[in-house]
Amino acid sequence: MHLILFAVFAGFCLVGAINLLIQTHPINSALSLIVVMTSLAVLYLLLGAEFLAAAQVIVYAGAIMVLFTFVVMLLNASREERTLGSRAAAAVGFPAVVAILGVIATIILHAQGLGTASLSDGITSTEDLSKVLFHELLLPFEVTSVLILIAILGAVALARHGDGERPESK
Amino acid sequence: MSSLFSQEIPLSWFLLLSAALFALGVVGFLIKRNLITVFMSIELMLNAVNLSFVTFAHQWHAVKGQIFVFFVMMVAAAEAAVGLAIIIAVFRARATLAVDRIDLMKL
Repeated sequence: MHLILFAVFAGFCLVGAINLLIQTHPINSALSLIVVMTSLAVLYLLLGAEFLAAAQVIVYAGAIMVLFTFVVMLLNASREERTLGSRAAAAVGFPAVVAILGVIATIILHAQGLGTASLSDGITSTEDLSKVLFHELLLPFEVTSVLILIAILGAVALARHGDGERPESK
Repeated sequence: MSSLFSQEIPLSWFLLLSAALFALGVVGFLIKRNLITVFMSIELMLNAVNLSFVTFAHQWHAVKGQIFVFFVMMVAAAEAAVGLAIIIAVFRARATLAVDRIDLMKL
């Protein structure tokens, strides 16, 4: 059961990520990114992270991707034109990607002592998570709320900026 | 069939999937020519790193690894809000989303 779930949803992840690269219309890329994020939530469940699976669906697949699709529709983003891209990307970027992937894969495959994942062991309940979060890591948690507040103010300020200038130019 | 059902998954598979997703995100960052899709590739890379965090948290039975993922999610939400606001501001100023035409700071 576990293996089948992993195979299916890891496949969804990879297909969604490759589809994100292939599609030329941003809305199709956004939808395939939603597929990737939702499948990752199932993989989190397989690893026993039940709270993170829920948060992944709500925060990533829900909030962040809704924001993305809103912006794609708001700006009426059209099909992107394919260009050759920069020479630096072709000369340095792609060999670097292949090299990094190769090194990481070799290290992982030669690593000793990596365990296995099964449904029976190591499920982190939300209670365990919140005990650590609200006792030992309360200050970072509160600081994050300040970060979110600043991000909201910054987003509003950046998005409103154009409105203030438009009447002057007319 | 019952052996297939009881089989456990090596954690290295999760790490390999995470590395593959990260590499796909980097490739997307390099080949995509639309500002929004470039931003989506960054989100893909963040997700790939989150997967390896959760995998290592499972390996060492450490709750703090999962809490780190929680913080990464929060920062990603803030980053998405600010980043998309910047994209809207850029679109208003330049009337394009193509990264090739947004080259004001290029040498």
